[in-house]
Amino acid sequence: MAEILVLVDHVDGQVRKTTLELLTLAARAGEPAAVFLGSGYGAARDTLGAHGAGKVYVVEAGEFEQFLVVPKAEALAHIASSSGAAGVLVTSSPEGKEIAARLAVKLGSGVITDAVDVAADLSTTQSVFAGGYTVTAAVTTGTPVITVKPNAVTPEPAPATPVEEKVAVAFTAAATRARIVDRAPRAATGRPELTEASIVVSGGRGTGGDFAPVEALADALGAAVGASRAAVDLGWYPHAYQVGQTGKTVSPQLYLAAGISGAIQHRAGMQTSKTIVVVNKDPEAPIFAMADFGVVGDLHTVLPQATAEIEKRKG
Amino acid sequence: MRIVTLVKYVPDATAYRSFAADNTTDRAGVDGLLSELDEYAVEEALKIAEAGDGVEVVALTVGPAGADAALKKALQMGAGAAVHVVDDALHGSDALATARVLAAAIGKIGSVDLVLTGMASTDGGMSVVPAMLAELLRWAQVGFVGELSVSGSLVTARRDGDTASETIEAGLPAIVAVTDQINEPRYPSFKGIMAAKKKPVQTWGLADLDLDPATVGLGAAWSVVREVVKRPERAAGMVVTDEGDGGVRLAEFLADQKFI
Repeated sequence: MAEILVLVDHVDGQVRKTTLELLTLAARAGEPAAVFLGSGYGAARDTLGAHGAGKVYVVEAGEFEQFLVVPKAEALAHIASSSGAAGVLVTSSPEGKEIAARLAVKLGSGVITDAVDVAADLSTTQSVFAGGYTVTAAVTTGTPVITVKPNAVTPEPAPATPVEEKVAVAFTAAATRARIVDRAPRAATGRPELTEASIVVSGGRGTGGDFAPVEALADALGAAVGASRAAVDLGWYPHAYQVGQTGKTVSPQLYLAAGISGAIQHRAGMQTSKTIVVVNKDPEAPIFAMADFGVVGDLHTVLPQATAEIEKRKG
Repeated sequence: MRIVTLVKYVPDATAYRSFAADNTTDRAGVDGLLSELDEYAVEEALKIAEAGDGVEVVALTVGPAGADAALKKALQMGAGAAVHVVDDALHGSDALATARVLAAAIGKIGSVDLVLTGMASTDGGMSVVPAMLAELLRWAQVGFVGELSVSGSLVTARRDGDTASETIEAGLPAIVAVTDQINEPRYPSFKGIMAAKKKPVQTWGLADLDLDPATVGLGAAWSVVREVVKRPERAAGMVVTDEGDGGVRLAEFLADQKFI
């Protein structure tokens, strides 16, 4: 079977969950082969092996940290060409999409973005038009390049002992045109990453700017916190947590929307959530139409009561 | 300095969007407009133009006959000129073909220093065209930019990623895709609307760009949509009114569903 390359998304070797999801999907279509770019491979090795990476291509180069995206695209293109891989899977993040876009041009291949599923023949499922339609598509030219959304699949343990291949890449002049002059890591919140979380609790205009009840409920559920565009535009919560068309798209097991009316802009970012729970004062809020369970009430009383009840039940 | 803003004409996201018989986006049966996310790029271009001397802003679109509405909006906001690439052969073009056409149009416009566009279109939403364009033109590119400044031949941009906020420097010419955090787009003024009527709009076909019609369009796309299925409406759930026990009932639902 041919190799399916998976670009490892990591910070200093700490592998993000989405990469494990990609390895699980890759195993359906061929031999999962991880591509690890940058430093910290030692910390990633066991995690990658435990999830089915029979092969790992390792490229260590300072350029990955110093310059934006292009060195990664060049390294990945080099490995995709030399390995004869049958497909390349990349996480659907801003950076992942830019890498995929450049890779597709370099390889002369078609690209599909934001897949929510990838089949054994590398055909894909996407959710489009704010979740209104499901599209099945396939790349017809070249080596399929596919970006996959977080939570597309549950990562499956598949122990393998990775065969490591160190690869040296000669970068072109184009690789060094956009220089990263400063990087400030986002302050850790102790909560799961928004796009990866299995539960998300989001607040909107109805919070009145007070996200404490939203955060407390999120912490009781081990959830990530999200925010509507209205709440972000009002400066109540950082943009990094915005759920919607112009923010993050999430697809958790449970999405709890508090004080969010449910404009198309927001629905586009959460419509594919498995279970949707709504708390809103306004019984006419359009988001109730999507709710598996809804409470018409003030989030400032309903959320703290729910949090207390959850803590009680957890003992 | 010459700035080109890429503006896409998209079906209104608040209207009923669907697909045509050939599985392409239905652009005829729905009202279209300038993709909201591209308004931020137009605004940013105008801000740079207003802050400097001799900065020219040209709006560029690739799209069907009606797409000139997106150009008109950009001109009303304050862009100085517009270019519309329209050709029947373009119907169903994939992102890469679109990027090739844009690259050719940017070449024909000539002496372009900076290309600004939105972080994504509000229809396809792939976010790949800026990076593809950069790859084709061999220019620097920075995407998902929340803050931008241009000084001499250098752009400085802030980009907020999942794990870090980065500051990036790139030399011109460059392509920058901006988020909705970068500014607050202006509404066209009455004066702007009147002035737009006199601004030049050029219409180019593939022949004007020396592009072979066989390399664009649905037939030349490198991926294919096999099936389009309308997602079933979510079944109506249970809605209760809080009578002092709303939070407890919420917790009960979550416990029943094994979330606790």
